Amino acid sequence: MTLSVDIRHRLGDFALEASFESAGRLTALFGPSGSGKSTLINLIAGLVRPDEGRVAVDGRVLVDTAARIFVPMHKRRIGMVFQDARLFPHMSVASNLRYGRWFTPSSERYAKMDAVIDLLGIGHLLDRRPARLSGGEKQRVAIGRALLASPKLLLMDEPLASLDEARKAEILPYVERLRDETKIPIVYVSHTVAEVARLASDVVVLAQGKVAAAGPTEAIMRRLDLLPAEERGEGGAVLDTKVLRHDETFGMTVLASQAGEIRVPRLARAAGAPVRIRIRARDVMIGVEKPAGLSALNILPGTIVSMRPGEGPEVEVGVDCHGAVVVARITEQSRQALGLKLGSQVFAVIKTVSFDRANTGAGLPAEADV
Amino acid sequence: MNWLLDLTPDEWNAVRLSIKVATVAMIASLPPGILLALLLARGRFWGKTLLNGLVHLPLILPPVVTGYLLLLTFGRRGPAGAFLAEHFGIVFSFRWTGAALACGVMGFPLMVRAIRLSIEAVDRKMEAAAGTLGANPLWVFATITLPLILPGLIAGAILSFAKAMGEFGATITFVSNIPNETQTLPSAIYTFTQVPGGDEGALRLTLISIAISMVALIASEVLARRVGRRMDIE
Repeated sequence: MTLSVDIRHRLGDFALEASFESAGRLTALFGPSGSGKSTLINLIAGLVRPDEGRVAVDGRVLVDTAARIFVPMHKRRIGMVFQDARLFPHMSVASNLRYGRWFTPSSERYAKMDAVIDLLGIGHLLDRRPARLSGGEKQRVAIGRALLASPKLLLMDEPLASLDEARKAEILPYVERLRDETKIPIVYVSHTVAEVARLASDVVVLAQGKVAAAGPTEAIMRRLDLLPAEERGEGGAVLDTKVLRHDETFGMTVLASQAGEIRVPRLARAAGAPVRIRIRARDVMIGVEKPAGLSALNILPGTIVSMRPGEGPEVEVGVDCHGAVVVARITEQSRQALGLKLGSQVFAVIKTVSFDRANTGAGLPAEADV
Repeated sequence: MNWLLDLTPDEWNAVRLSIKVATVAMIASLPPGILLALLLARGRFWGKTLLNGLVHLPLILPPVVTGYLLLLTFGRRGPAGAFLAEHFGIVFSFRWTGAALACGVMGFPLMVRAIRLSIEAVDRKMEAAAGTLGANPLWVFATITLPLILPGLIAGAILSFAKAMGEFGATITFVSNIPNETQTLPSAIYTFTQVPGGDEGALRLTLISIAISMVALIASEVLARRVGRRMDIE
């Protein structure tokens, strides 16, 4: 699937001018509130008609103002999951789920009712009314409803933003399953690094109505300067790892990554399971010789490949550890004291306890189910 | 009790006629009522304020004036009346259909108001959600908007019915007071009060009209509550 967007649209004082292409499994539209993410997704869904521009999915033109093409939303076959679920209050959960199916030509119905209900774990809710569901349950049903319309593309507009942390943790695994077990391309709007780093294969960064950057998640997440100011502290390297083994004596899990073994608090995942971790740049220290007498357990040798001035006294240092780049935020004073420069051989040091539920993409012992 | 139910044939006719007139007026007003309410709630067009004023006119004008205007337009020689009689065989003047028309027109502003308010209360995001699921605007209206405004629809219909049951001025001006044809309950009560010894009949019909109105009101309450519970909007 390729989604190509090239749009100019004005809303009062706000001007959106976005142009990007993405062929990712899950493309995140990422940016602070007011950056135009939601407007952009509404333009793709057909809820808003752009002043000027073109949107196409897999070569099928949905809007082209120059050619006077505008496919109305009900003919686009683009599923949408809204932040506020928007379940129909006068219908049961089952009727809500069946709603979109109804309008899908039978030859194009690929979504199976039972499979979707299983995928989202909503079998026990079918007879209920939306008003009797929790926030997390509502959102799962909303995802199911969108899926059952057998969409060609699924848009998710901050589906977790109105939920508390516990509910977010409840939904995230389902979105991951959606990404890994179905073939529907997903565009996911979010303003938090935690969600984007965990879910996205590709990221489009929006700032003030413009595309600030676009690319693979790992490349974008370690460019701290691209992240919204309030989320910069969450930025850092994103690594795809596998569970190597569990260390039951100390309650830890050892992950195998390109950069080497990484020890994190015990994860509720079986050996061999993929785990995507995010190493916050602020959690990484740099040593010029292999540190001894240090409590930190993860010490990764590598070479400095980038140095970029950060906020105030900071420098962002990129360390290539066997092909995986780990980013560290250190002070300019330390950089000079250690004489760090491009090509220096260094050690990146990460405390095991700096990993938590938000950056390991898996439940911690508290809700272990493996 | 016997005294109450011991109606003369003419009185029975008045009761039956009133219910018939009010029911027809209510049902016939619903489609144009919904349409106008939609237009006023959602439309953006030139002359909307004027249209709104026109719809509300029967509420402000003296009923006699409304009745007289109906007589001028829908009477046998009126432009609309002549046209309908000639092409569709529909005659209003001095017929029960005329009474229904007068009652419908008098209740129309009340009905449109109630429906319009409920349309304005509908969360349009729900309709957008239905649109993304593949429903075209007509289906969205039928499956989302209409069910969501059902309580308002019921309220509007009952208001129109109640107004029709009590309508007097416009009806008597437009179609007069002919027993068995256009003599509704209020006209019958009025007639009783005009003849010596008519008090007993007037009281009987008054009590009956109170009973009918109460039953209609309670029925609408029950219905609205049922719909509300079905939707779980507490």
